[in-house]
Amino acid sequence: MPGSMVAMTQPVQQSFNPYTENGGTILAIAGSDFSVIAGDTRQSEGYSIQTRYAPKVFRLTDKAVLAVNGFAADGNMFVKKVKQRLEWYRHAHAKDMPIRAIARLIQTMLYARRFFPYYVYNILGGIEEDGTGAVYSFDPVGSYERETCRAAGAAQSLVQPFLDNQIYFKNQTPAAGTQFPQHLPLTSVLPLVIDSFTSATERHIEVGDGLEIYVVVASGSTSLQGLQNLRGVQEVTGTTDGERVFVIRRELKKD
Amino acid sequence: MNSSSIYRPAGFDFSNEIRNNFLHEKGLPLPGATSTGTTIVGCLFKDGIVLGADTRATEGPIVADKNCEKIHYITESIRCCGAGTAADTEFTTALISSNMEMHALQTGRKPRVVTAMTMLKQMLHRYQGHIGAALVLGGVDITGPQLFTIHPHGSTDKLPYVTMGSGSLAAMAMFESSWKPNMEREEALTLVKAAIAAGIFNDLGSGSNVDACIITATGTEMLRNVEMPNQRVQKERDYKFRRGTTAWRKEDIRQLIVQEHTKPVGGDEMDTS
Amino acid sequence: MSIMSHNGGSVIAMVGKDCVAIASDLRLGNEAMGISSNFQRIFPVSDRIYLGLPGLATDVATLREKFRFRVNMYTIKEEREIKPETFAHLVSSTLYEHRFGPYFIEPVMAGISKTPTGGVKPFIAATDLIGCLNFAKDFVVAGTASDKLYGVAEGLWEPDLEPEDLFETISQTLLNAVDRDAFSGWGALVHVITKDKVITRTLKGRMD
Repeated sequence: MPGSMVAMTQPVQQSFNPYTENGGTILAIAGSDFSVIAGDTRQSEGYSIQTRYAPKVFRLTDKAVLAVNGFAADGNMFVKKVKQRLEWYRHAHAKDMPIRAIARLIQTMLYARRFFPYYVYNILGGIEEDGTGAVYSFDPVGSYERETCRAAGAAQSLVQPFLDNQIYFKNQTPAAGTQFPQHLPLTSVLPLVIDSFTSATERHIEVGDGLEIYVVVASGSTSLQGLQNLRGVQEVTGTTDGERVFVIRRELKKD
Repeated sequence: MNSSSIYRPAGFDFSNEIRNNFLHEKGLPLPGATSTGTTIVGCLFKDGIVLGADTRATEGPIVADKNCEKIHYITESIRCCGAGTAADTEFTTALISSNMEMHALQTGRKPRVVTAMTMLKQMLHRYQGHIGAALVLGGVDITGPQLFTIHPHGSTDKLPYVTMGSGSLAAMAMFESSWKPNMEREEALTLVKAAIAAGIFNDLGSGSNVDACIITATGTEMLRNVEMPNQRVQKERDYKFRRGTTAWRKEDIRQLIVQEHTKPVGGDEMDTS
Repeated sequence: MSIMSHNGGSVIAMVGKDCVAIASDLRLGNEAMGISSNFQRIFPVSDRIYLGLPGLATDVATLREKFRFRVNMYTIKEEREIKPETFAHLVSSTLYEHRFGPYFIEPVMAGISKTPTGGVKPFIAATDLIGCLNFAKDFVVAGTASDKLYGVAEGLWEPDLEPEDLFETISQTLLNAVDRDAFSGWGALVHVITKDKVITRTLKGRMD
């Protein structure tokens, strides 16, 4: 048969797609002397939930927290490798790597895989060496930028314009004789983070189940007051000097 | 018939076909219609049928409607759950409901579920699957309780418990583990609610509330939102803006109440002498 | 590139206390190129019903006339003004008639009707491009910025807003959503429909 002869002689291309999308959303907001990094805990594929609790936000040091979103397997491996590099840095220099250096490290690590990328969007949050809150956001191949706030993941398009409005006060005119603040206090940022996630849960099917909010606070910050007695808060600080890290856990809708 | 005539023939209008196919050939993908990932079920019990559905309608990964109705009216004692292309389930059931009413009027008898099933399958088969409606049809007629599923191509099944939509496996798992013949009304309703809940919580295409409908020889009970396990929690703050927050350039106010002023003109009063 | 985003544009409608609002951007584009910053896509159907038509611009023009014709025919035959609910079904069946060769439009409607007791009932609805109706109690959105509109509206909307507060909420929702959408923007227009007047405002927003 001529048809099968072609099949016998012509090369047949097989395809394999090594990537999947696992849903979920992350966001980070920088304050004057603190940083908030949050992510939901649902991990999904297609219309199925793989797990209702898969953390996407990780404490790297006492001054840096990394949120990863996209292809979960790549995300977990990437965090593992970043943590390993930070461990080596500690052994070599007897101190934690500063956050701006971690940001540059992440860029080189991502760009090293330019032609077989880690399929993840990274957001790095924490405290800069000068004690200010910082957020660095990355694309999958390492382009990055320091910002005040950033959302990424499945519901990025739902959350980011809301944050533009409520964090940067975009399209709002201040009342006569007043000005909008450059940085919001932690007591204003936390409700915005929670409401961003409950809103995204309402309208995006891949967002839900649980919420983990990491708060990194500079040493001696006034933001510490009222944080410790918040509902569902837990301290995860590793050292006793300087910055402190807290995690707040909340439930999200499970449908 | 001339298309500029105000009298239009019944049925679909294909006048945009040529244009849309041209655009398609130009490389523009034709957008798919809104599809509803859904969980719908039907269950036979001792003296009737219980139908169930979730209430989420989606456009891709976005929730378009959080509380839509997926149990459609066919006749007083026949209802139909719809999954698939949202508009198709809506209009197909409405058309068959209308035809069933006409049929009942013409025959002077209470219409049967098989009649609705036959009308639906013949219509869907005529359109060769292009009308994307996957249905669960249930009701009670002179022959007793009846339960069918109808697939988009027109094939049908007659079973004591059925599920359809993207959450059908989650819902069927509940039926396969708990269904038994000759259940009581409350027992059947509880099972249907559990099956829909399984879809709501385990299938991303399904969500929000549970709708149920119990049909027996004595009457039909539509239980809209029998369970509401996914109410949004109170927001952390309110987001009312200060008036004057939004800058605008131009304003135009259209008064809908006509202001009328009567101005008496002197000198021509009616002569009442 | 989809036909739905060929010309760009977005519409949103929201319910308030005894009032409704409908708003849209003013951009007409040809894919990424901007053509006009004064393209009308919201049209009055009757005194208290407004219709937004985001989607392919040629179909905006066609459907606008088609609905005008059909609403006029309804008014003449029935000798009464069309109710918002009835109009929504008219839109729905008109689009479904073209099920297998659709118009590339996702209409959004907003209106208020008077109840027999003299009260006021707000009404909003939207359909997909083949006429599947969506009656919502809070807000409906459509167009190229629909994802963004859903996100912001879900965050900002709250029940029982007075007309002036509803104006602020719908305006902020629209402006911030279209600023994150490449195919919508270039100015915005808001209509707030109340019992006795319709307030129309052209917003000041980013023009890039």
